[in-house]
Amino acid sequence: MAKSKGQTTREKVEAGLPRRRRKELMFKFVGMLATTVGVVFLGVFFSTLIAEGSSAFKQTFMKLDIELAEDVIAPGGELDLAYADFDGLVRSALREAIPEVSGRRDRRELYRLVSVGAAYQLRDLVEANPELVGTKQTMWVPASSNVDMLIKGNIDAELDESLRPISDKQIAWVGTLQDDGRIETRFNKALFTNGDSRDPELAGIKGAVMGSLYMLIVTIALSFPIGVAAAIYLEEFAPRNRWSDLIEVNINNLAAVPSIVFGLLGLAVFINWASLPRSAPLVGGLVLTLLTLPVIIIASRAAIKAVPPSIREAALGLGASQTQVVFHHVLPLALPGMLTGTIIGMSRALGESAPLLMIGMVAFIVDVPGGFNDPATALPIQIYLWADSPERAFAERTSAAIIVLLGFLLLMNLAAVILRKRMERKW
Amino acid sequence: MQSTTLILLLGFMATAAFYFGRGRSLSLVGGPGHGTALHSLPGYYGYYVAIWVAIPALALLLLWVMVEPKLIVTLVVSGLPEAYRDLSPGELNLLINNIQNLASGDVVSVAVDETLQAAANQFNQYAAQSRQILAVLALGFAGLGGAIAWRRIHPDLRARNRVERVIRWFLIAASSIAIFTTVGIVLSVLFEAIRFFQKVPITEFLFGLNWSPQMAIRADQVGSSGSFGAVPLFTGTLLVTAIAMVVAVPVGLMTAIYLAEYSSARVRATAKPLLEVLAGIPTVVYGFFAALTVAPWVRQAGESVGLEVASESALAAGLVMGIMIIPLVSSLSDDAINAVPTAMRDGALGLGSTRSETMTKVILPAALPGIVGGILLAVSRAIGETMIVVMAAGLAANLTANPFEAVTTVTVQIVTLLVGDQEFDSAKTLAAFALGLMLFVVTLFLNVIGLNVVRKYREQYD
Amino acid sequence: MKMTAMTDVTTDNQTPPTLTEEPAAAPVAEPIQMPQVPEQETELSGETVGNIHCENPFMIANDVNVYYGDNHAIKNVSLEIGKKEVIALIGPSGCGKSTFLRCLNRMNDTIETARVTGQITLDGKDIHRKEQDPVALRARVGMVFQKPNPFPKSIYDNVAYGPRIHGLAADRAELDDIVHTSLERAGLLKEVKDRLDEPGTSLSGGQQQRLCIARTIAVNPEVILMDEPCSALDPIATARIEDLMDELCEDYAIVIVTHSMQQAARVSRRVAYFHLGLLVEVDETDRIFTNPQHRLTEDYITGRIG
Repeated sequence: MAKSKGQTTREKVEAGLPRRRRKELMFKFVGMLATTVGVVFLGVFFSTLIAEGSSAFKQTFMKLDIELAEDVIAPGGELDLAYADFDGLVRSALREAIPEVSGRRDRRELYRLVSVGAAYQLRDLVEANPELVGTKQTMWVPASSNVDMLIKGNIDAELDESLRPISDKQIAWVGTLQDDGRIETRFNKALFTNGDSRDPELAGIKGAVMGSLYMLIVTIALSFPIGVAAAIYLEEFAPRNRWSDLIEVNINNLAAVPSIVFGLLGLAVFINWASLPRSAPLVGGLVLTLLTLPVIIIASRAAIKAVPPSIREAALGLGASQTQVVFHHVLPLALPGMLTGTIIGMSRALGESAPLLMIGMVAFIVDVPGGFNDPATALPIQIYLWADSPERAFAERTSAAIIVLLGFLLLMNLAAVILRKRMERKW
Repeated sequence: MQSTTLILLLGFMATAAFYFGRGRSLSLVGGPGHGTALHSLPGYYGYYVAIWVAIPALALLLLWVMVEPKLIVTLVVSGLPEAYRDLSPGELNLLINNIQNLASGDVVSVAVDETLQAAANQFNQYAAQSRQILAVLALGFAGLGGAIAWRRIHPDLRARNRVERVIRWFLIAASSIAIFTTVGIVLSVLFEAIRFFQKVPITEFLFGLNWSPQMAIRADQVGSSGSFGAVPLFTGTLLVTAIAMVVAVPVGLMTAIYLAEYSSARVRATAKPLLEVLAGIPTVVYGFFAALTVAPWVRQAGESVGLEVASESALAAGLVMGIMIIPLVSSLSDDAINAVPTAMRDGALGLGSTRSETMTKVILPAALPGIVGGILLAVSRAIGETMIVVMAAGLAANLTANPFEAVTTVTVQIVTLLVGDQEFDSAKTLAAFALGLMLFVVTLFLNVIGLNVVRKYREQYD
Repeated sequence: MKMTAMTDVTTDNQTPPTLTEEPAAAPVAEPIQMPQVPEQETELSGETVGNIHCENPFMIANDVNVYYGDNHAIKNVSLEIGKKEVIALIGPSGCGKSTFLRCLNRMNDTIETARVTGQITLDGKDIHRKEQDPVALRARVGMVFQKPNPFPKSIYDNVAYGPRIHGLAADRAELDDIVHTSLERAGLLKEVKDRLDEPGTSLSGGQQQRLCIARTIAVNPEVILMDEPCSALDPIATARIEDLMDELCEDYAIVIVTHSMQQAARVSRRVAYFHLGLLVEVDETDRIFTNPQHRLTEDYITGRIG
C-alpha cells in the first residue's frame, strides 16, 4: 500500500516542482532587486552630489593690476579705511584691463565681472601693509559668481542671451581676460573662511561650522554626563517600580518623538519662558541635548549590561560599596561603549535641522559666531538656506556644504567604529 | 561680575575645599599614617566639603538666573509713569522690548524719548545691582556651606555615605530628565494649543476643510478672516506618508528577507553597512536631493507620459522619504525575522518547503507582529519627518489624494508658521502649537503601540 | 537565523579531534554522567566493526564526510538503512550522529559553512545528483526535530501544511482526509478532533511532538528521520511516541538519533554507534547490547562514556 501511494505522492510532488522553482526564483529576484534599490540610490546620490559639488571647491579669480592711489586711500596722508573708495580702484583696474569698453552702461556691465569681495580684499591688504599705498599691485581677486559659473561651464554660452544671466559682451570680455592670462581657477578658500553672504562667490560655511561646533560643545557637555548618569541609575540602582518603569517607557518614546516637537519645546520653554536668546547656539545645544539624551542613555545601558556580573560580585565581595563598584569597575569597563553611543548621538545632533528652525537658527547671519550666545546658524541649516537660493552658484555650494557635512559625519562614525573595534572586549 | 567668572570662581573654591577637607580629616586623626581611624577614606571628606561649597551656591545661581529677568522687568515697569501702566499686554511687551534694546545698545523701533531713556538706564542699573548681589550671595553661600561642612568633619562622620547619597540624587535627577522632557513637551504644546482653541474652535480645527492661516492686522482688511481647518494638512501628511510606506515597506522587508535568507555572507557584509549609511544621511540632505533631483525627474517622467505633475509634488517628497525609511523598516524586519526560532525554519524546510515557502508561509506569519510594530514606528517617523517635506512638498494646502499635486503637511505648516519673527500669541503662532499637539499625540500613540507590540513579540520567543 | 542554526550545530560538533580529551560536559538530557575514562588511541582506527549492510537496503551512505568550515564533523561513514526498519544512531554528544542524520535529507544544505562529500543514495539514486531538488528529496525523507516545533498556526493548518505546499490534495475533502488520517496514525486524532482550529502551540509538549510527526507523515514520506524526538518530553509522552514508532515502522524506514540507550534498545532493530565523527560499530540491536565488539561501544553502553 505504501509503495503505490508513495508513487503517487512522488509524482504529485514532482509535478508541482517546476512551478515552485519558478516562484522561488522570482522571490529571490525580487529580494535582490529590493536590496539593490537602496544601494543604487546611494550610488546615484553620491555621484550627483560629487558631480554637483566638487566644482564649488574651485573658484574663478582674475588678475588685476590695481593702483593703490594715495589720494583715494589716504587723502591728506591719513589712512581712511572705512570710507575709501576701494571699489573705484578695482573698477579702474578692470577698465585698464579691458580698455575698449566705453559708455556708462557697458562699464557698469563690465564692473559686474568682478566680485564685491575684491574691494574687501584690497582693504584688508592695505590695512595689513600700509606701506603699499601709492604703489601698483598685481592681485588675484575673486570673479563674480556669473563669471565663475561661465568658466566652470555651468552657464551655456550657446543659450540665447535673454536666457542666461551673463550678456554676450560680458562673455567676450571674459574671453579677452582669459586670452591675457588674467583668469584662473584656484582652490576656493573663501568657502571655508567666510560666513554666509548674499554673493555666492563670497559665501562660506565657516559661520555655520562654528555654530554647529558651539552647539555640539553644549550638547556633549550636557548630554554625556546626564546620559551616563541616567543609564547608571537605571541599570545599577533603580528599584523595579513604577517610577523606573515610567522612565523606561519615556526614554523609549522620546527616542521616537519627531524632532520638530523638540523644537516646539525649545521655543516654548527656553526662548519664551526662560527668555534665552533666539538663534543662539546655547539654546540649540540645549534642544539637541534633549534630543540625543535617549540615544545616549539607550547605548550606555547596553554598554553597562555587557559588563559581566562577576566583576560586580568580585568587588562587592571585597567590601566595596555599590557606588564604588559602579564608579571603580563598571563605569571604566562600560566607557568605550558609552563613548561610541555618544558619538553616534552627536552625529545625529550634527545632522539635525528641524528643531533648529523652530528656535530661530534659520536667520541670515554673516558674522562668524564667537560665543554661545551669539546669533548663529548650523551647517544643516546653512544647507537648507542655500538650497532655497535660486542662484546656480548656490546650488553648487549647497552640494559642497553637504559633502563637508557628510565628511564630518563619516569621521565621527569612523571614530565610533574604531573605538568599538579597539575597546571591544570578549568576556 | 559675569556668571561664567562666578562659576569658575566657585569651581576653584570647591577644588580648594576638597583639599582642605581631606587635609583636615587626616590631621584630626594625626596624619596620613592613621587614615584607618576615619570612617571613610580621607578623599570622601574632601568631596563632602566640596559638595557643601558648590551645590548651594550653584543652586542659588540657577534660581537667580531664572528669576532675574522677570524681576527686573517688573521693577522697571513699576517705575514707569502712570500712563504706561494701562497699556495692553501686547503694547507693553513692545515697550519692554524697546527698553531692553535701548539698554543693551541695539536698534530701537521707536523714537527714544526721555521716559524710555530713563527706563533703560534704570534697567541697566538694576541689572548691575542684581549681578553684584548675586556674586556676594553666591560666594557667601559657598563660604558658609564650606564652613558648616568643615566644622562637621569628625572621624566618625560617615562621609562616604553622605557623598554617595548626593551622587545617588544626582543620578536620579539625571534619569528623571526624560520624564521632565515629556512633561515639558506636553505642557508647552498643550497650553499654547488651549490658547489657540480659545480663539479658534477645536471643531473647526479638526474638521474644517480650508487652511489659510492669515490673521487680520486690521479688522477691515481684505481676506481678514484666517481659516484654520487642518483637514487638508492631515490628508497631505497621510498622502506623503502613504507614498513613503508604499516604497519603504516592500523594499525594506524584501531587503531584510534577501539579506537574511539568500545573500552570501559577503553581500550581507557589504549591503548592511551601506544601508546604515543611508540611515545616517541627514534629512536636510534628503530634502535637497528631493527638491533638486527627484522632483524635476518625477515631473519630467510624468510629462513624458502626459501627466500633469506639480513641481513640488507629493510623489517626489514621498519617494525620497520612503528611501530614507528603508533602513529603519529593514532593520526592524530583520530583528523580527531573526527572532523566529530556527526550529520553525528547520521544520518547514524538513517538510520540503522551498525557501520562499518557508519565508512566506511560516516565518513571516510568525514574525508578523514584530514587523507590524516596526511598520508603526516607521509610519510615526514618516509623519514626523520635517525637512524633506519642507524642501520638497510645498505650502499649498490642497485637499487631494492625487500624488502628482502639491500638498502640504503638518510639519511643513509648523515650520512655516513659526519661522520668522512672530508675535507669540497670535492665532497664527498658536496654530503651530495646536498642530504640534496633534503631531505629538498621533506619533506618541503609534510609538507606544509599536514599541509594545515589538517588545511583546520579542518576549514571546525569548 | 542562520547564525543560530550554525551555532546550534557547531556546539554539537565542537569536540576537538584529538583523543586525549573526552567530549565536553554532557547536556542535562544525558541519563548518566560518569567520571571520564582515558582511552587508548589505538582503539579508534576508523574501521567500522559489525555489519553496516542490511537485507533490503533503501538508503545507502558511502564514505560520507562532513565539514563545518575547518571542523571535520563526520569521517568516512558508510551505512545502509533498510526498508521498514528502525535504526538508532547513538553515541556521546558531539559525536556527529545528528549531523549524519541531517545529511540524509540534505538539511545541511541550509547551513552556509557545511560541506558534504561522499555518496548517499535513496532507492538507488544519488541524492546529491544535479537534477535532484532538495525540496523533492525532503518530501520523501521527512524529519522530526528534537524540540517540538509546531508552526504558529492551527492544528489543522500544521498538518495540512505539507500537503498544501506539495499540492498533494486536489480539493478540501481530500485535504481533510489526509489531515485526519495523519492525525489518527500519529495517535493524536482522538485528543484534538474537536479543536483543530486551535493553535498547535496550545498543545502539551508530547502532543506537539505527535503533531509534528503527523505533519511529517501527512506528506507520506518513505523515510522518517527523528532527531532525539523525545529528549524534551516526559516519560509518558515518550512511551506514546515509542509506541507510535513501532506502528510507523510497518510503512516507513525510520532513522532515530537518541541519547537514551534504553530507547534505542526498545524501538530499534539495528543500532549504529558514533564516536567523534566516526561510525564505530553497527549491528543488530540485541547483539550490540549483549555483546558489543568494540571497546568504545562497550564503554558507552555500560555508561563509562557520558
